[in-house]
Amino acid sequence: MSARLAGLAPWIGFALLLALLPQVFTSGFATVTMSQIGLLIVFALAYNMLLGQGGMLSFGHAIYFGLAGYFTVHYLNFVYEGDAPWVPVSLMPLLGGLVGLFFGILVGYVSTRRAGTTFAMISLGFGEMVTALTLVLVAIFNGEDGIQTDRVIGDDIFGATFGPSVEVYYLVACWCFLCVAAMFMLTRTPFGRMSNAVRDNPERVEFIGYSSQRVRWLAFSLSSFFAGIAGALHAINIEHVGFEQVSIIQSGLVLFMVYIGGAGNFAGPIIGATLLYFLQSTLTGVTEAWLLYLGVLFVAVILFFPGGLAGLIVMHRPIWRAGLRVMAPLAAPYAAFSAALLAAVLGAIGIVEMLYYLSSRLSTETELSVFGVVVDPGGPAAWAAFAAAAAAGAFGVRKTWPAAAAAWSAALAEARARLGP
Amino acid sequence: MESFVFALFNGVLYGMLLFLLASGLTLIFSMMGVLNFAHASFFMLGAYFAYQVTAELSFWWALVVAPVAVGVVGAAVERWGLRPVHRFGHVAELLFTFGIAYVIEELVQMVWGRVPVPYEIPESMSGPLFSWQGFDYSIYRVFMLAVSTAIFAALFALLTYTRIGLIVRAAVSDPTHVATLGHDVPRIFMWTFGFGCALAAVAGVVGGNVLGTEPAMAIQLGPIVFVVIVIGGLGSLGGALAAALLIGVVTRLAIFYDYGVGGALAALGVEVDPAGFMRDFARITTAQVAPVLPYLLLVLMLIFKPRGLFGTRDV
Repeated sequence: MSARLAGLAPWIGFALLLALLPQVFTSGFATVTMSQIGLLIVFALAYNMLLGQGGMLSFGHAIYFGLAGYFTVHYLNFVYEGDAPWVPVSLMPLLGGLVGLFFGILVGYVSTRRAGTTFAMISLGFGEMVTALTLVLVAIFNGEDGIQTDRVIGDDIFGATFGPSVEVYYLVACWCFLCVAAMFMLTRTPFGRMSNAVRDNPERVEFIGYSSQRVRWLAFSLSSFFAGIAGALHAINIEHVGFEQVSIIQSGLVLFMVYIGGAGNFAGPIIGATLLYFLQSTLTGVTEAWLLYLGVLFVAVILFFPGGLAGLIVMHRPIWRAGLRVMAPLAAPYAAFSAALLAAVLGAIGIVEMLYYLSSRLSTETELSVFGVVVDPGGPAAWAAFAAAAAAGAFGVRKTWPAAAAAWSAALAEARARLGP
Repeated sequence: MESFVFALFNGVLYGMLLFLLASGLTLIFSMMGVLNFAHASFFMLGAYFAYQVTAELSFWWALVVAPVAVGVVGAAVERWGLRPVHRFGHVAELLFTFGIAYVIEELVQMVWGRVPVPYEIPESMSGPLFSWQGFDYSIYRVFMLAVSTAIFAALFALLTYTRIGLIVRAAVSDPTHVATLGHDVPRIFMWTFGFGCALAAVAGVVGGNVLGTEPAMAIQLGPIVFVVIVIGGLGSLGGALAAALLIGVVTRLAIFYDYGVGGALAALGVEVDPAGFMRDFARITTAQVAPVLPYLLLVLMLIFKPRGLFGTRDV
């Protein structure tokens, strides 16, 4: 019984967190941001059903997200004008999910015959095709402007009007909880296990009598269903949908979220979506170079820690469980490495910011401030300081890395010895 | 007839540019199994380098300097970026090049700004070479055609008649065997990658001033180049040429002869409600569909003939 309770604890904590967040962050901006994070978590987990669990790298998964969004916006507008039967807004995401499922079944049939590079190329082709179509079929997609809507279409079954953004937040939170729980349970079903098997060795799966294409197709369709739910929630939250939502911009963003968060772990996409959207909403106003930092971070994750952030956490779990005495020797080498990394990153950011400033000199900014300090990109002082920090940091990273890695292996061995096999 | 020849000329020109990009990509892909998502980004780098060199020296210098510089950048990316990722498999490599494409696009914006740069056609070649049946054929466009055809011929000769070509072709079909014979395959990969990027840069140098040199040029052309190598058949240079010409000619003709669906429907006697939801289908013209056509071809190809026009293995 207690083991079952321990298994439920993270879910109760998750539900409580979702319920209590609006009590802590009450501003309108925070509410919309939290709603956005909630629906992106659903989208990222749906995407990871393909990438992490099914071994399918897609460059076009936003089309299910976006098409469900377009559908929701149109449906809301139809209901508003009395052309379509009324459906409570709280159930709209289900309709959106069905739209995603429909297109997922359709496209999945042709694209899931192979995984790997072939699948990636076909997904890109479909993504580009739909993006190009949004500019052709103006009545449905309204070109580059996209479509506006109004989510207030009368009282909902739960008495909500969805006028205030906090009501939308709770709608997103409910759907987010349901979808996360459903997708987690899917990983525990025979289908979830077969999906992993197809990812790891499709040939053996064929030998024991499964069709790897069928398994991929099912995973693809279910993933599109959840992506559709997320897309409908997005349309309700923002009350607008545009071609960006179906394009490579959105597909690339969800890929970054999943991979940086960690595709190999169920919690990875949740971490990635939360972190990346939070960074995006706070940094786009501060720096022009946000996308460059995002790209560099992504490349760094691929090169140096392919498990993503969740992978880093998992690496340290046995050490954490073994207690403070095992953890203590990590402190000094980790601190030295972090300090060096911080210096390198700060120096590099300073140089990048000054370069951006110089290349867009015509912008209205009068002076450049980096980390709250006003710097003068015209003189050599700032360049020298940032370059010195970057060079010293890079040198330090190379010097301190072996010690940090060795300390980690030693601590892990120690933890294994203490905890037993 | 006269206008058809003119449209055909432009289509072939565009197709040859696509071929310059696709040839490097298909060599890299069939040899290393890496679909280089950043290939069009190297094309963009070529155009920007050419703009800079043209501003400092001249277009002729740019034609030499830019491809060499981009080739070195490409080889460096392979050596210090792609090679360490190789052990994580092809999907990780594809992800890596996707990230690199992102980074290159942002770096270009950092250095040259977000608006297009004025990379112009050299003045000595801006006039018409000859006029035929009322259409002007400009010197520069004929020059572009000459450059890309010469490169195709040189590439073909290099791969067919030289020892380097022999090793490269062998490494394309069976890298492990070539390694057993004592060739340094990682090094061949590095130089092939660099060479492919340099070819893309040549396309950037000669095409950047016609297509427009701006930060979005990579993402616009990149996916179409993938389409070309899949339709042509992976690893097949001849296929890449045929597919590039096909896509170039088809899209340019679709834009040139702007036929509408509405006209066809009217001829068939079908009436479309001008205010209805389906009104756009009647208004679609071939020029509007032109950007969709390559992807439509790709999807049809993958469904009905997954190995492409001249491919010897499935994608």
